[in-house]
Amino acid sequence: MAAHFCWMIGGPQGSGLNVSAEIFAKALSRSGYYVFGQIEYHSNIKGKHSAYKLRISDEPVASHVDAVHLLSSLDEETLIGDLYHEFPAHRGHVHEVAAGGAILYDVEQKRFVGTIQRKDIFLWEMPYAELLDRALTEAGKPGQARAYRIMTNTLALGASAGAVGFDFEPVATAIRDSFGAKAGKVADLNVNAARYAYEYAKERFAGQLRFSLPAAPAKREQIMVKGTQAVGMAKIKAGVGLQTYYPISPATDESVYLEGYQSEQNLLVLQTEDEVSAIDAAVMGAHGGVRASTSTSGPGFSLMPEGLGFAAITEAPGPVVMLYQRGGPSTGLPTRQEQGDLLFALHAGQGDIPRIVMAPGDIEECFYDTFDAFNYADRYQLPVIVLVDKHLASCYQTLPPFKTSHLKIDRGVTKLANTNGDYQRYAFTEDGVSPRSVPGQAGGIFWSTSDEHDPRGHITEGIGNRLAMMEKRMGKVGLAAREIPEGKKYRFFGPAAPQRIPVLAVCWGSTKGAMHDALHRADPHHTRCAALHIRLMNPFPAEAVKNILARAERVVCFDGNYSGQLAQVIRADTGVSIHHCVVKYDGRPFSEDEIMVALEAAKADAPERLVISQGRVVEEGHGNREFEEMLVLRGSNPKMLAPMVPLPPGYNK
Amino acid sequence: MSTLTPDTSTIQAADFKSDIHNDWCPGCGDFGVVSAVQMALAKLQVPPHRVAVISGIGCAGKTAHYMNAYSFHTLHGRVMPSVTAMKLANHDLTVIGVGGDGDAYGIGGGHFVAGGRRNLDITYVVMNNDVYALTKGQASPTIAKGQKTKSMSEASIMDAINPILLALACGYTFVARGYALDTKYLSEIIAQAIQHRGSALVDVLQTCPTYNDLHTKGFYAGQIEGQPRLYRLDQSGYDPVVHNPDDAVEIAQKKAQALLKSQEPGGRIPLGVYYKLDVPTYEDHLKAKIPGLQQKPLAELDLYHRDITANLQELM
Repeated sequence: MAAHFCWMIGGPQGSGLNVSAEIFAKALSRSGYYVFGQIEYHSNIKGKHSAYKLRISDEPVASHVDAVHLLSSLDEETLIGDLYHEFPAHRGHVHEVAAGGAILYDVEQKRFVGTIQRKDIFLWEMPYAELLDRALTEAGKPGQARAYRIMTNTLALGASAGAVGFDFEPVATAIRDSFGAKAGKVADLNVNAARYAYEYAKERFAGQLRFSLPAAPAKREQIMVKGTQAVGMAKIKAGVGLQTYYPISPATDESVYLEGYQSEQNLLVLQTEDEVSAIDAAVMGAHGGVRASTSTSGPGFSLMPEGLGFAAITEAPGPVVMLYQRGGPSTGLPTRQEQGDLLFALHAGQGDIPRIVMAPGDIEECFYDTFDAFNYADRYQLPVIVLVDKHLASCYQTLPPFKTSHLKIDRGVTKLANTNGDYQRYAFTEDGVSPRSVPGQAGGIFWSTSDEHDPRGHITEGIGNRLAMMEKRMGKVGLAAREIPEGKKYRFFGPAAPQRIPVLAVCWGSTKGAMHDALHRADPHHTRCAALHIRLMNPFPAEAVKNILARAERVVCFDGNYSGQLAQVIRADTGVSIHHCVVKYDGRPFSEDEIMVALEAAKADAPERLVISQGRVVEEGHGNREFEEMLVLRGSNPKMLAPMVPLPPGYNK
Repeated sequence: MSTLTPDTSTIQAADFKSDIHNDWCPGCGDFGVVSAVQMALAKLQVPPHRVAVISGIGCAGKTAHYMNAYSFHTLHGRVMPSVTAMKLANHDLTVIGVGGDGDAYGIGGGHFVAGGRRNLDITYVVMNNDVYALTKGQASPTIAKGQKTKSMSEASIMDAINPILLALACGYTFVARGYALDTKYLSEIIAQAIQHRGSALVDVLQTCPTYNDLHTKGFYAGQIEGQPRLYRLDQSGYDPVVHNPDDAVEIAQKKAQALLKSQEPGGRIPLGVYYKLDVPTYEDHLKAKIPGLQQKPLAELDLYHRDITANLQELM
């Protein structure tokens, strides 16, 4: 049986807690552990609360869990949330700590620790400033702990490693690596500070937790990778020449990653004036002969349907559009999770737009699907949307290094020979794909227009041509449906046909990891519950999905959105209604536990619609009650009314 | 313009004409502009297959169909993003954007600004007739406050955009104005714009015989206090060139001079080059950063055998 340990670090944004978490993850990964990292952060640069969770396991993990075993707190907000606020938004993370778990906190947070009423957890105090001062004194900087306060995150990392009894050396190496080759003295100082905290915590706390790090599995070659990096690497491997973007959370990291390889890989990243320009430039880059792509989130994609239609009607070989979903509508929740753009991606734009819409389910699929997306764009000469989300963008996972030797680039049908001036860019062909030339090529001159056009690319409103051109363009989606291998369209975890399936859990996109882990834990042989993960959204694998649904006694569909968008697609494309829709629209991704809870709740007599939030099934209206509960909680703990930093007048009424 | 070796001994303007029927209104100023572009390309002996013409939507947008070149009739206002990407994909091509005044200065305003900032080696020809003609003559951003064409229901109560001023503010390094019905001189201006290394704007004063009864052939042929309304800057002792691109003061002076010329009191309208500055282009900066571009255009590089081993190792 697999064992895991869940560590969380919470603190203000800008305190370096994500750096600490990633250093810790790297040290664990190099020691053989499987790690899954999940970060929650505000749309803010400095000061607002952020929390980073690492799930550390002795076997592969692809999701986070709700219960925290060791919480490292860098500020009082980690402990009490913002309960002192007139409209509190969260109550901190104390309630997430499992019984028998512990909280490591700085002595400066002492007065807030007094408000914690739980008797079933350890509260471990750390004198971070004092330990830091010791390290600083050795570095010839005595009495400067205040100025070097930013290093508290490194001390918290050391203390965590000590408290769980992990070795210090891998942590020290990972800290040094994070500073690169140059920063010798600064790295030494950080390693020393971490070491003092490590020793202090190890001596006092190690071995007391009810939970422990599992034994480290044998070391193997593995990468610690997040979604934006996987996508970036796939684009490099696929030969992307032009990446366009306009800065937007949570998509920007991918473009920034690619920017770092411009010189090395002869790759051009263009920051445009807006997303309208981003997609239009990507379309014209594709026409111009390079593999082109753009990367955005919902608000940016809202500006792109015009360009998407242009790509489709001019049969551009691309672009590949990465759509990182986040909480909507409008600006919504800029840094939080939602799978709210499925229907938008499928339908964006006026008229019938031939498009391929892919939805990779995990970081590995992000890599391979992004690579394939460029082949599809070239092969079928249409735009390809790859739907990812905030969760996939920012979660870290240990994985075997991506294999690339089998990856083949297919640039589709290109016109290379001189056609003596009778070349037709939009010639009708058997499969609907016309050979394309590239501007600059002799004998390949063509015309191209956003208007309906004849095979040469000139405007026409003739009826016969219109029928033929619509059928040519839309027919390419059918061609893609026939050519894309089944294994890339969906994944079924369950018994072979015709065996019946008592419960079938259906999901899409990033819910795959949590679904996979939940079933692996609860029902690894799928005797009661099977799972279907749908990965290709257009062309939708309707027949296959219908056949699997037909074998199920009860179907539970998981959607990270309010309206059950996958369930709607399934109904539209297969005519089959889903028994239970599990929806989650609280801006957070499904955890493994939430999948279990929802499956448990989705009994035959359960309502059609189940809302999941914070680890449980909640009724609509729950949000208001939670807010009221927080006010009650605040009332019973008057100490909480006084935050460390006095708030402006108007608060704390 | 990029260094090109013509692969035929003489290229004629007719070589840039496509064979499809032109459906502009009889007497439309657009005919003059498309002829001028074709004459300019012939003058420069650029082979048609080395030219990309990218147009927007509206009457001017149809230009792409009337050219024999790689031609893209794109979206309303999106000429500049498309021109930008085509030039980035293949910096050896001669890339010409064509659009109307509403396309360039209205719906495409944000892109127009960015186009100037980048200073790619491209040419943007804007057909400026003060109206949205294809939708039957609504006011465009260049119609002046208080003016009313016969197609408008009431006079404009907004100020007009001054394209010359706007281009100077955005960073276009070649700013010129032509007149559609003086095709020969317009073709000379466009040829200079293509030859200029950097973002070039040619704003073309243009008649719309169907909807604009204010700025007609007669209006432009008229006189002001005994002087012709239209006159040539190059025949009036005007020097648009910044001779020392490192001299910020000279740049400011040349811009100020162009600014004054673009709003000449009395209503006379100068034609020709208002401003010219030779500085490194966007492509020059890219070539310094991306070594492959020094050898070949992006579209011709082999980007399909990349190794990501190092990327993976960074994550171990």
